[in-house]
Amino acid sequence: MTSTLTPVRKRSALTKGQLPKFAPYVVLVLALVVGAAIMAVVGFNAFGWGIVSAILFTAGLVGWSAAVEGGRKAKDKLATCLVVGSFLVALLPLISVILTVLINGLPGLLDPGFLSTSMNGVTGAFDNKSVEQGAPVMGGIYHALVGTIQITLLATVISVPVGLLTAVYLVEYGEDRPLARAITFFVDVMTGIPSIVAGLFAAAFFFAVVGPGTKTGAVAAVALSVLMIPVVVRSSEEMLKIVPNELREAAYALGVRKWRTILKVVIPTAISGIASGVTLAIARVIGETAPILVTAGFATSINTNVFSGWMASLPTFIYTQILNPTSPSNPDPSSQRAWGAALVLIILVMLLNLGARLIARIFAPKTGR
Amino acid sequence: MTTTSLTKSRGAGRAGDKVFSGAALAAGCLILAVLFGVALFLVVQAIPALVASPDKIQGGEGFFAYIWPIVIGTVIAAIIALVIATPVAIGVALFISHFAPRGLASGLGYVIDLLAAIPSVVYGAWGAAFLAKEISPAYDWLANNMGWLPIFQGPASATGKTILTAGIVLAVMVLPIITSLSREIFLQTPKLHEEAALALGATRWEMIKMAVLPFGRPGIVSAVMLGLGRALGETMAVALVLSSGALTASLIQSGNQTIAAEIALNFPEASGLKVSTLIAAGLVLFVITLGVNMIARWIISRHKEFSGAN
Repeated sequence: MTSTLTPVRKRSALTKGQLPKFAPYVVLVLALVVGAAIMAVVGFNAFGWGIVSAILFTAGLVGWSAAVEGGRKAKDKLATCLVVGSFLVALLPLISVILTVLINGLPGLLDPGFLSTSMNGVTGAFDNKSVEQGAPVMGGIYHALVGTIQITLLATVISVPVGLLTAVYLVEYGEDRPLARAITFFVDVMTGIPSIVAGLFAAAFFFAVVGPGTKTGAVAAVALSVLMIPVVVRSSEEMLKIVPNELREAAYALGVRKWRTILKVVIPTAISGIASGVTLAIARVIGETAPILVTAGFATSINTNVFSGWMASLPTFIYTQILNPTSPSNPDPSSQRAWGAALVLIILVMLLNLGARLIARIFAPKTGR
Repeated sequence: MTTTSLTKSRGAGRAGDKVFSGAALAAGCLILAVLFGVALFLVVQAIPALVASPDKIQGGEGFFAYIWPIVIGTVIAAIIALVIATPVAIGVALFISHFAPRGLASGLGYVIDLLAAIPSVVYGAWGAAFLAKEISPAYDWLANNMGWLPIFQGPASATGKTILTAGIVLAVMVLPIITSLSREIFLQTPKLHEEAALALGATRWEMIKMAVLPFGRPGIVSAVMLGLGRALGETMAVALVLSSGALTASLIQSGNQTIAAEIALNFPEASGLKVSTLIAAGLVLFVITLGVNMIARWIISRHKEFSGAN
């Protein structure tokens, strides 16, 4: 009766043997309810509830799909569930790390003078006083902030031209010559250099050239460049490679010189990928601790000259504040400063990332996707 | 007039070409020189430890007996990291490139990139302060229920500062590297291949299996190898998370050590032969990563035809 009056509601032959659109939601609600019931028996916690529900949801949806739609569709549903699940799993540590740093770092960051003072003259006595008498936590990260920015900037200034030019050589000039193959091979090898070995190399190099015991921000920048150059080369190379040959050929056909073709056609087409690669490279080196510890030492006062004297940096500041608290009997103020510095470091990197993303979007070539 | 301006511009262009290709060549050679310098320095500084009499090396049984356990420890940590990270990373890359709504995809990619942005020392602090504490009940459960497996042999570490925790932290650290590279490769899959598969009636998963994964395989391998390089050489996370000790088969007891963490923890106070020993350890790490990269390069070189610039 109803079907003759409203024929639209009748399922057509084309959609027969398919799950209804609302199927995932029904299964999700069922999975959450059954999951909660199971967790109530075992002992409730939110994390376990999520895991159990996810497994139930996957099993339920795939089972239903296998019964109604057949094996191929069921496999597709299973793959979709696994792919979405892996994304959710990847989010867990991110949320956990950011929450941990926020909760532990905000008190330190909100401390007056945390960003504008250094650790110069801050001794264990101040920390003992702040724990025992409730005095404000002294000391800050200004010196480390200055050091990190200067060292990373210098490393970027060294690495990006060298890395980008090498990538250009490999893609545009190399033509599978033995030298190009050797460079590709050794760039790969360089990618695997452990950060601490890069630091040892830079230290030894400057010991030999400038004099024994040379520990400055510039040495650290060289160490970071050793880590950064291969990342820049690899990512830029991949991005230059996917620039369609048609673009190059069109430029050559118009009589444009090769170097102008590269500068005006190839690199602008790939610039969004290159920018994201450089961002990843900076993200990798800005938090490197071991090479800076070996090459720039650890300073407690402000040093704005990268070419002379020990220099602090945020990662080494975090590391030393955790491992060697300023006051060994009361490590809490040191730990508060360390988490505060970690928060600042993460914010710094996020801003860098965001900036690079905006640049990449502005310069992105128009493609069919 | 026209002729002179033409000649002029040609002259300037030729000089530009020369300067530019020369600069590109010089940059490439600089990389070779730097790498040569690193290798030379490592070998020269490591020789004293390699030729020293066995009783003078830490442990008193020679360099080989000293380095063997920490090489195994390094490999164990890296394998744990890759076993956990690779499937998840490929799933995340597929999610961002082919499953997520188009408008959300780039934002989600940025979220995963944030994982790469978090510095290793922060991961180390997080692993030591949060993860180790939270995960130790799971280790107790493993020790009680799966203890018959040598890798889960009890008693589990009470602090949770074990090689498995370090491996999980390493997995989190290499995940964004594998993801971001695989994602870029998946996005380059020829649209026509994908549409052809879908037009023939393939489901989304079959399309991915037939068009996306075969196209992206060398990219995935190179991404995993980059992740392995990071996992092998990562220093701070392991140094802060792992409570190190002698080599043990059990992943949930404290013990084991990685080369990088061994160097980081001992180098500042080291002197004399100990410095050479640690640098020789660095050389061993270097050789391991060299082997890994050579295998990866060999695999990738069999799939050259994907590049647009060939």
